[in-house]
Amino acid sequence: MSNKEKEGLSVDVFEYAAPQNLQDAVVLLAEASSEARPLAGGTDLIAQMKENRRSPALVVDVKKIPELNVLSYEAGLHIGAAVSCTQIAEFEPVRTHYPALAEACALIGSYQIQNRAALGGNFCNAAPSADAVPPAVSYGARLVIAGPNGRREIPSEDFFVGPGQTVLEKGEVLVEIALPPPPPHSGAAYLRFIPREEMDIAVAGVGSFVQLSSDARTCEQARIVLAAVAPTPVRAQEAETFLAGKSLDDTTLAQAGELAAQAASPISDVRGSAAYRIELVKVLTRRTLGTALERARG
Amino acid sequence: MKQAIELNVNGEPHATLVDSRETLLDTLRYKLGHMGPKEGCGNGNCGACTVVLNGAVVNSCLVFAVEAAGADVTTVEGVAAEGNLHPVQQAFIEHGALQCGFCTPGFIMSAKALLERNPNPSEPEIRLAISGNLCRCTGYDKIVRAIQAASQALSQTA
Repeated sequence: MSNKEKEGLSVDVFEYAAPQNLQDAVVLLAEASSEARPLAGGTDLIAQMKENRRSPALVVDVKKIPELNVLSYEAGLHIGAAVSCTQIAEFEPVRTHYPALAEACALIGSYQIQNRAALGGNFCNAAPSADAVPPAVSYGARLVIAGPNGRREIPSEDFFVGPGQTVLEKGEVLVEIALPPPPPHSGAAYLRFIPREEMDIAVAGVGSFVQLSSDARTCEQARIVLAAVAPTPVRAQEAETFLAGKSLDDTTLAQAGELAAQAASPISDVRGSAAYRIELVKVLTRRTLGTALERARG
Repeated sequence: MKQAIELNVNGEPHATLVDSRETLLDTLRYKLGHMGPKEGCGNGNCGACTVVLNGAVVNSCLVFAVEAAGADVTTVEGVAAEGNLHPVQQAFIEHGALQCGFCTPGFIMSAKALLERNPNPSEPEIRLAISGNLCRCTGYDKIVRAIQAASQALSQTA
């Protein structure tokens, strides 16, 4: 039964808290008797609450917590979970060292959305189409999580369980997205396909990262992450294994695209058919690998 | 759940009591009487509710009022200075960059924010900056011309 009141407000009644520190946020979320949700930029959560797709009884605004507002580049990149896409896209070390992430953050929605939407929210909302996730995963991001039993750190690709579902347990909060320093002779790129110029959800997206050998002749390591073609973002491991040790040319990049499509298990929906998405994965993989390679060669 | 918040709107301090479910847009319109920002889609696509929150354009329909406690907010009502229309507003009038006018406050806020961070934007940059604002009278071309004219007007007075 809905506990809405007739006040012209479309959202179910909830309690709002804005703790000043992480410990208080964890306690609030852990002790909540029914559904509780952290709130960062709200561009997904508030829209979902208005549509009654989520009706948390407690909303914990995490934007006042210092650790979640960190944005620093020392021994890698540290992005607090509440830092906005605009802040990330404009941060000079991100533009210089992690351009694929800067580009993805500048793709999400409009300026109005980017000014609010947080990278941590892009992860926690767990949409298979999340644009900032593939580049972050391809750069080797790790996620710092705080909870009632202390802290843990996991590889970012292990975070997702299904659409809208993550490994976060009750009381746990995503604190930070940590990217390792980019190795020498490496580069990355992200591309998505949408049928219009802006303001749309990816039909398919691919984030690619390549690291070249010290003589820059062969591929030392590749990471390819697919969006919107599976219940969660997925690594295209066969394509990655194929590329290791290869010299990268048009033929090997096209072969990697074909192999990447094997990791995709897309559905057909209003945005595109499964077959169309498979073709997109091939093309986007080839193109992102090409740009990543150019960047790796500097 | 009601909570007392303070808001600085267009330079004026306000204290008001808000429900946690209330959006910043609801508070601005129905508690504080700023009817410039409009509710179009209510989910962050149309931009009719665009305001400046602590220096950044946002969709006020996707901000809970309680989140904005203590914030500085500028609505379209705060754009004209001492009775003089802002060059963006003047250019919209001169170029006929509106038909029904419902989307106009949002466009004015996005255009003004663009020209503040990039005084001489290219046409693609202008179109990108207003991609979060929908005009269903389809007057985009005149809106783009108006923003170009405002950019020129501002560079002449600067």
